[in-house]
Amino acid sequence: MVEPATDTKSAVRTVALLKDELDIVIPTIRNLDFLEMWRPFFEPYHLIIVQDGDPTKTIKVPDGFDYELYNRNDINKILGPKASCISFKDSACRCFGYMVSKKKYIFTIDDDCFVAKDPTGKAINALEQHIKNLLCPSTPFFFNTLYDPFREGADFVRGYPFSLREGVPTAVSHGLWLNIPDYDAPTQLVKPLERNTRYVDAVMTIPKGTLFPMCGMNLAFHRELIGPAMYFGLMGDGQPIGRYDDMWAGWCIKVICDHLGLGVKTGLPYIYHSKASNPFVNLRKEYKGIFWQEEIIPFFQAVSLPKDCTTVQKCYIELAKMVKDKLGKIDPYFDKLADAMVTWIDAWDELNPTGAANKGKKA
Amino acid sequence: MSVVNNIEDGEIDIVIGALHSDLRPFMSAWKSIFSRYHLIIVKDPDLKDDLQIPEGLSFKIDIYTKSHIDKVVGSSTSIAFSGYSCKYFGFLVSRKKYIVSIDDDCVPVKDADSFLIDPVAQHLRNLATPATPFFFNTLYDPYRNGADFVRGYPFSLRSGITCALSCGLWLNLADLDAPTQALKPEKRNSRYVDAVMTVPARVMMPISGINIAFNRELVGPALCPALRLTGEGKVRWETMEDIWSGMCVKVVCDHLGLGVKSGLPYVWRNDRGDAIESLKKEWEGVKLMEEVVPWFQSMVLSRTATKAEDCVAEMAKRVKEQLGGSDPGFGRAAEAMMDWVELWKKVGSGPSPV
Repeated sequence: MVEPATDTKSAVRTVALLKDELDIVIPTIRNLDFLEMWRPFFEPYHLIIVQDGDPTKTIKVPDGFDYELYNRNDINKILGPKASCISFKDSACRCFGYMVSKKKYIFTIDDDCFVAKDPTGKAINALEQHIKNLLCPSTPFFFNTLYDPFREGADFVRGYPFSLREGVPTAVSHGLWLNIPDYDAPTQLVKPLERNTRYVDAVMTIPKGTLFPMCGMNLAFHRELIGPAMYFGLMGDGQPIGRYDDMWAGWCIKVICDHLGLGVKTGLPYIYHSKASNPFVNLRKEYKGIFWQEEIIPFFQAVSLPKDCTTVQKCYIELAKMVKDKLGKIDPYFDKLADAMVTWIDAWDELNPTGAANKGKKA
Repeated sequence: MSVVNNIEDGEIDIVIGALHSDLRPFMSAWKSIFSRYHLIIVKDPDLKDDLQIPEGLSFKIDIYTKSHIDKVVGSSTSIAFSGYSCKYFGFLVSRKKYIVSIDDDCVPVKDADSFLIDPVAQHLRNLATPATPFFFNTLYDPYRNGADFVRGYPFSLRSGITCALSCGLWLNLADLDAPTQALKPEKRNSRYVDAVMTVPARVMMPISGINIAFNRELVGPALCPALRLTGEGKVRWETMEDIWSGMCVKVVCDHLGLGVKSGLPYVWRNDRGDAIESLKKEWEGVKLMEEVVPWFQSMVLSRTATKAEDCVAEMAKRVKEQLGGSDPGFGRAAEAMMDWVELWKKVGSGPSPV
């Protein structure tokens, strides 16, 4: 039986790394009670709350947190017609938070994710681990059998070429979940009681050329290196699909990271995922996605971005063209999505004019 | 006869390359785990002293020495079966479907209650369950108890493909190279990572020969004793044979649609040797690796190579043509690969040659 860390008040508050360079983006439709438990780890940081659903509802943020909060009215006001690219009634709306942030790094977490315990019983500071992952290089060109060689206690193994040991900058840190695993609806229906109790003490780089299912529940990224590609797509209200927002973003960022020579890590840190969403509701949302992903995956696997795509935005616009071209025939949804991808980039560039945000290769 | 994961004990050979003559501590340590299997022990032909095996063990063991090797292989081959390469002789003469091979300076890991962790059982589990190289599963091996494919994993890829190679890891003395170990002489691996995962298709990795298992029927010929360093020695820091062989196997597996897993099981590797001493010899291996990784990564084999031996033969030709010029070591490796394929065709199947 795995349990969350309930008493985090006594957790040791370490030096808050990057506290002026990182924003925590949280989408919510209910409440932010979970923040109380994360207080020792999150309080030094600025929060961006994206309030989904009814904008007239007041979401109370626990005292002591420094935050900005945006509801649907704010999103519409700030983006005008471009607000059409931001999903409604789906946690995909969180990517609005990425766009308005002015920081170098983002950590995003769902409001049903609690603090987990490591095998020694200690409360896990997930944010700290994400920062460590982002601040040290990735190694996508050759698989290290001892996983992340930059972790304390690990190293490159015999046979690992020295010329590849410098690694590349890490753009994304993908964390995992104890308790309720991130299964799709069919799997949830077949295994309603399965809980993830296995703590795998590893971080690793996902090799170049390999795609993965990116979950947005516990995710951090280098906003300046990959931010514009972190669009979570058109989901939720008025859309034929849901629960593929993070998946879509994950496939896009991976092909772009591979193209630009950036790294994506997965593994630690764990959070404790407390809520199992309703599998029947999930099935309705995912249904089309389950069929569509059979064609989407080969599409992404075959993507080859031209050499002159040297920035994230250029890569993303090119990708949007390819989506329209190749996936448009599956369903008109992909035409809309491709258009929304372009709108997103326009909105991003408008809110983040010139300079640092555009460079693909900055560390 | 018992069965683990649909693999019967009788389908397995445990192959040990003996680089030490006194195998008594090794055999005692592994007794409870190995005793149900057939063992092949190949004595390093350079080892002068007789092998010492504990008395009265209920093992089924075949021991092969220099004379067996000379008889089967003859002297016309360019393959040197000395040092760590002696175990390849064991792979060659085995007639079992699965082989598990562990270095003779390793012992089982003990868990928190001091029970021995059985790496053979884990290797067999890895080989008996599918591999999933076409899409990365963030919860690692989806076939493990308590795990599954995560949301977003395409359903058409969930049946996986056959796993042909299982690469285990090491606690205590990890398989680091000499410069790395020499820089941190006290460094020991104490992290037990409770995961097995499939190494994605077309991704290259350094496959260590210290703790591996494979499906001999599918990929036997692809594990080849080919790359010998001129200063090759009797500690892992002074060899690259397994790393080269591993790159060959990975290319072959990717080409034939077979999987490679890495992670569990762990063995405990005893302290041995002197990294700083070995450093003097290791640079040759390090230099060679710089060339070969990009070369292996770009390898595309022809469609007509449908079996492991065909793949190796084709790779050998390319090694000779494309790498032979840059270092004589590669030229020799190519020869050895070609000889290995011939040897495998002659004595790799049919009645045992020993």
